[in-house]
Amino acid sequence: MAKLIEGLKYSESHEWVKVEGEIALIGITDYAQHALGNITYVDMPSEDDEVFAGEEFGAVESTKIASDLFSPVSGVVTEVNSALEDAPELINEDAYANWIIKVKMSDPSELETLLDPAAYEAICK
Amino acid sequence: MEEKKTCLYDSHVALGAQMSPFGGFIMPIQYSSIEDEHRAVRTAVGMFDVSHMGEILVSGKDAERFVNHIFTNDVTNLPHGGVIYGMMLRPDGGTVDDLIVYRQFPENDTDYLMVVNAANIEKDFDWMKANADGFEVVLDNVSGQWGEIAVQGPQAQAIIASFPEFASAVDESFYTFRYFTYESEPVIISRTGYTGEDGFEIYASEELTVKLWAKLLEMGVKPCGLGCRDTLRFEAALPLYGHELTDEISPIEAGLGIFVKTDKPEFIGREAVLKLKEDGPRRKLVGIELLDRAIPRAGYAVLDADGNQVGEVTTGYRSLTLDKSLCMAYVDAAHSALDTDLQIAIRKKVFPAKVVKKRFYTPKYKK
Repeated sequence: MAKLIEGLKYSESHEWVKVEGEIALIGITDYAQHALGNITYVDMPSEDDEVFAGEEFGAVESTKIASDLFSPVSGVVTEVNSALEDAPELINEDAYANWIIKVKMSDPSELETLLDPAAYEAICK
Repeated sequence: MEEKKTCLYDSHVALGAQMSPFGGFIMPIQYSSIEDEHRAVRTAVGMFDVSHMGEILVSGKDAERFVNHIFTNDVTNLPHGGVIYGMMLRPDGGTVDDLIVYRQFPENDTDYLMVVNAANIEKDFDWMKANADGFEVVLDNVSGQWGEIAVQGPQAQAIIASFPEFASAVDESFYTFRYFTYESEPVIISRTGYTGEDGFEIYASEELTVKLWAKLLEMGVKPCGLGCRDTLRFEAALPLYGHELTDEISPIEAGLGIFVKTDKPEFIGREAVLKLKEDGPRRKLVGIELLDRAIPRAGYAVLDADGNQVGEVTTGYRSLTLDKSLCMAYVDAAHSALDTDLQIAIRKKVFPAKVVKKRFYTPKYKK
């Protein structure tokens, strides 16, 4: 069974969000990394790019497949995890310790539309 | 459409394989991971369920003349027990299918065995029947009556040799086959494959295929899915029908002219490929290396240095053997020379790339 972390918010498209003040850390779930297999590339936006809730902001690639990433919240990218450029496999090692982007949220109420761990677990079945 | 199951379906499920539709069948994509299975075939031995492949038998007085009529390679001097690769073409030179032809032995009831792609079985059989006028031949589609296992990798020979019944199969050279008897049933073993490694393909009844699969598992042969079958054949620049070859693509464009014997007096598509050989193809299949970790995948646009689209990717991966982002692509002939600077559009970005040799991995076939 894929790992879940209490206190995080989840999207139906398998991203997680960790809120630190007005900043949202965004990554992909353990379920998603397992389904993808060995991750070989993470296509990330640039700092200061705008992202929109429900819209694609990048992609995660494994040998099998390229899977689009969808932003759970709207805002501006303040940081991208440059460690993933050379070591995308970090996501396989720990999907929750390795965020992909940090976003300064423009509308924190969007968080309310996301799933709690139990609700997310239910859609992974 | 309801996908068909091969005789090994239950074995795949029992092994926990990830199953997915392919060519009208529900097939194993991977058991452990594509990477593990890929490396097992490159460095040790793996096995694939390839029972989805189609088998069509040809017999009759005009069998040789008929096969030469519908097939691009020349079977005139193919010895009994010989195997040969080639294509069936449309009159316009487009590829109906790529296939291998087995020349049967005098004691067999039939003259040739044609092994075709799963997705094309019906299309090929209809094509053969439609083009059999004036030939005294009998065509028998036995797809679905046979199972097939491909045992591939540097240790494949040792595995086959450890079956007392099959021991002499290791004397076969690449692209030959023989009949063997196992539990009183006939089994064909050919030294063929689709991985760029030495290996064998075993054709047997469905029931016997299930037994042989279980026996090979016991011997430690790693079950491998279609996921790594694709990464393996890609590195060795072996074409996959539907990607590098289609009804609209000629083998000349794919760089497979060596399998098209235009010195034969006649075959369907001969005039079209002769003209293409003379004029030079408008587009060519090339290898491209992307100078980044992003992965060029089928359907992505290939651009010239100025950003104009000059081609399209047919297959691409982060090569597991070479750790490079590589693809095969059709590009306009003017941009097909080695070292030509190109770009590939991936999602919203454009990455620099250059033309390289498309045989990324040198096959290790037994001579």
